[in-house]
Amino acid sequence: MSDKVDKNKNYAGRLSYSYRRNLRERLIESVLFLSAALSVVIMLSIVVMLVKESFVFFQYVSLWDFLTDTQWTPLFDDAHYGILPLVAGTVVSSAVALLVALPLGTIIAIYLSEFAPFSVREIAKPFLELLGGIPTVVYGYFALLFVTPLLQMLFPTLPGFSLLSAGLVMGIMIIPYVSSMTEDAMRAVPMHLREGSYAMGATRFQTAIRVVMPAAFSGIAAAYILGISRAVGETMVVAIAAGMQPNLTWNPMEPAATITAYIVQVSLGDLPHGSIGYQTIFAAGLTLLLMTLVFNIIGHVLRKRYREIY
Amino acid sequence: MQTSAELNQYKSHVRALNFYYGAFHALKNIDMALHANKITALIGPSGCGKSTFLRCFNRMHDLYPGNRYDGEIILHPDHVNILSHKVDPIEVRMRISMVFQKPNPFPKSIYENVAYGLRVRGIRQRAVLDEKVENALRNSALWDEVKDRMNDLAFNLSGGQQQRLCIARALATDPEILLFDEPTSALDPIATASIEELIADLKDKVTILIVTHNMQQAARVSDFTAYMYLGELIEFDETDTIFIKPKHKQTEDYITGRFG
Amino acid sequence: MYCANVTVKFIDNSIMNKTDELNKLRRIIGLHKRWDFLFMITGIIALMIAILTFIALFAQMLIDGMPRLSWDFFTSFPSRRPESAGILSAWVGTTLVMLVTAATAVPLGVGAGVYLEEYAPKNIFTEILEINVTNLAGVPSIIYGLLALGLFVYQLGLGQSILSAGLALALLILPVVIVATREAIRSIPVAIREGAYALGATKWQTVYDHLLPYSSAGILTGIIIGLARAIGETAPIITIGALTFIAFLPPSPITEGFPYISFEWLTAPFTVMPIQMFNWVSRPEEAFQLNAAAAGLVLVVMTLTMNGLAIYLRYRMRKNIKW
Repeated sequence: MSDKVDKNKNYAGRLSYSYRRNLRERLIESVLFLSAALSVVIMLSIVVMLVKESFVFFQYVSLWDFLTDTQWTPLFDDAHYGILPLVAGTVVSSAVALLVALPLGTIIAIYLSEFAPFSVREIAKPFLELLGGIPTVVYGYFALLFVTPLLQMLFPTLPGFSLLSAGLVMGIMIIPYVSSMTEDAMRAVPMHLREGSYAMGATRFQTAIRVVMPAAFSGIAAAYILGISRAVGETMVVAIAAGMQPNLTWNPMEPAATITAYIVQVSLGDLPHGSIGYQTIFAAGLTLLLMTLVFNIIGHVLRKRYREIY
Repeated sequence: MQTSAELNQYKSHVRALNFYYGAFHALKNIDMALHANKITALIGPSGCGKSTFLRCFNRMHDLYPGNRYDGEIILHPDHVNILSHKVDPIEVRMRISMVFQKPNPFPKSIYENVAYGLRVRGIRQRAVLDEKVENALRNSALWDEVKDRMNDLAFNLSGGQQQRLCIARALATDPEILLFDEPTSALDPIATASIEELIADLKDKVTILIVTHNMQQAARVSDFTAYMYLGELIEFDETDTIFIKPKHKQTEDYITGRFG
Repeated sequence: MYCANVTVKFIDNSIMNKTDELNKLRRIIGLHKRWDFLFMITGIIALMIAILTFIALFAQMLIDGMPRLSWDFFTSFPSRRPESAGILSAWVGTTLVMLVTAATAVPLGVGAGVYLEEYAPKNIFTEILEINVTNLAGVPSIIYGLLALGLFVYQLGLGQSILSAGLALALLILPVVIVATREAIRSIPVAIREGAYALGATKWQTVYDHLLPYSSAGILTGIIIGLARAIGETAPIITIGALTFIAFLPPSPITEGFPYISFEWLTAPFTVMPIQMFNWVSRPEEAFQLNAAAAGLVLVVMTLTMNGLAIYLRYRMRKNIKW
């Protein structure tokens, strides 16, 4: 009889212990959940902040003027608020950068993944990674004081600030991102697909282009999208080497401000909080975010549609 | 001097073949003949080197560093040693096709999968491609199932269909020898039966060398059988002889299931 | 006899046909192999372009900046006279900002990574979380600067301070830490988890006693890469409004009297290395650009060392652990 009571007591003790344990587990899970949910809070804050501050801006400037005016001179007495010159600067510098980064990055990735001997790959990969870790302000310095003078030897009429020089350096800067993601995607293609192709008498190049790249398509698309986002959002290289004067041009040989360079320019001065000049950087930021968002959505759709299927 | 009739009878001769994975001696002194338009099966316990041997025939080992061949595989009728350094592995692979253990269709349409070997050879005329693709698909007994969806992705096919597609892919280029590396080990029994039937039908068109882990399969489909153990060719003879009265005790033990 | 002759002829013919066919094949193979060769050369050239650029960049900075690197350069405040200007306030500022960044990003990032990998149920909200982390990684850094400007500097009234900058950079590198944590934890085989659960461990015990220790090298790699990126980030800190000319140090975190520790430095104005460099680059006088090169050299050595450390850690991890 007493035995039974003892057992009951024991059992109850264990229950309370496990209750305490459960409580602790729950608590920890909630804390972890909150830190994960923070990323959504950040995203929402970004959007809310930009939209809210831009809203103030758009009460002063009509959306129509913002999109169609061909001048961006918010800090002048004769203020114009047309985003086009900044968008043009961003598009041109990004286009130059991508013309460098996408082909070179892809070629390097194919070479490292399908052609290079093991030892070359083992050395080149960390090296490229280091290249990607160099701060952008250093690349800006390099563009202004090394690449621009070099280009001026080729094109004597090139001004001291130019989209070309900034774009080229930006392109080199983005190569490691594109090449490492593309290579990862290609390396993830299973060997038996390659063997299938080689067994048909295909060369390395044929196997890489006709089998491996299509199989890795979604990963490669993701790499390209990341490269594009980087180019569009890059700040310091353009701020240093492309000049900060808004200039509606599609010619890479001219100096022009990008959206990001403009935000830097305003931040460097001391515009009072709440002034229209201060609000402009949020409108510019919102434009930038929308541009990168469009690319991210395209990337997402591509990934969904061409999921790796091997 | 062999008479011409005798020569015609063989598709290939293997002479004193040794193969090394780095320092590991994987194939030891193999001599064997491949009869033209017959099915030869390679059997033996796992790790005996049967797949390694098979992959010598289209120089798959060249893809990885540190592998070394020694000896000869003579391909008739031109009596070329396909293991020679002077012979381009790509040329060998164009003459000798392979079907793998796991179906490995490319991430392309059914049509493009079959046309791949032809495109690799630089054939671009649509009419030629169409004809050869259709022929290959008919020969691999897949045509009726896929003729209305040639542009579908190959991954949408079932496992057995995928393997038949891989056979069609290998057939499309009119290979001289077709290698099968355990082609049914990833398939269910019904798909296995249809692939076996197909292989048996194919021997009129092409010489076949097949690796199988399944002795019944070797008995069912092959004309000749080679038993391998630890990198050595223990016994090679007509399939009936091997299964009914093998000369070596070792072979008999394996066949009767006392070992392996 | 006659018959046999015919057969021999037939064989000869078939060999000749074969040779013809093979020659055609060889021509095609030769053509295709030329493409292989050309591509190989292109690949090496592309790699060379990247390597040469790096060498040029480093050499340029070394030539310009090396003569300026002296003890004084590290212990002097910025100055109007380029030859006596230094990076004291910049490197102190960078160190303090990194403290805030690490203290914020590491627990939050690792926590989020653990949650997503071990706890998250498979539902629409988890999927949103995952997509969101990917998207955050793609948001340009200057946007984080705008967020910090609006939220930390003005809304929360933290001012243009070390705290605001550290938090901004923490948000920026959060996705890096989250992704690294997830990958490190994911690479641990299920058998380890089952082993722990079979002994009666709770989820948190499994995570804390097994998963986190076993994945610590991978997580550390991610943290180092994230911090290396944060050290070099310029745009978000400019946006917050960091001052470029600071000739004083923030209040010391260690005080003489009780409680010996002070957090006053968190709200102090500051500058950081990349901003100091940017400031010097944008001056027209060449002497300042030499200072920029020297500062750049210090910055590059710092980030390269960190990234190198991360690469080394990962290399060792790959060698040592074989699940």
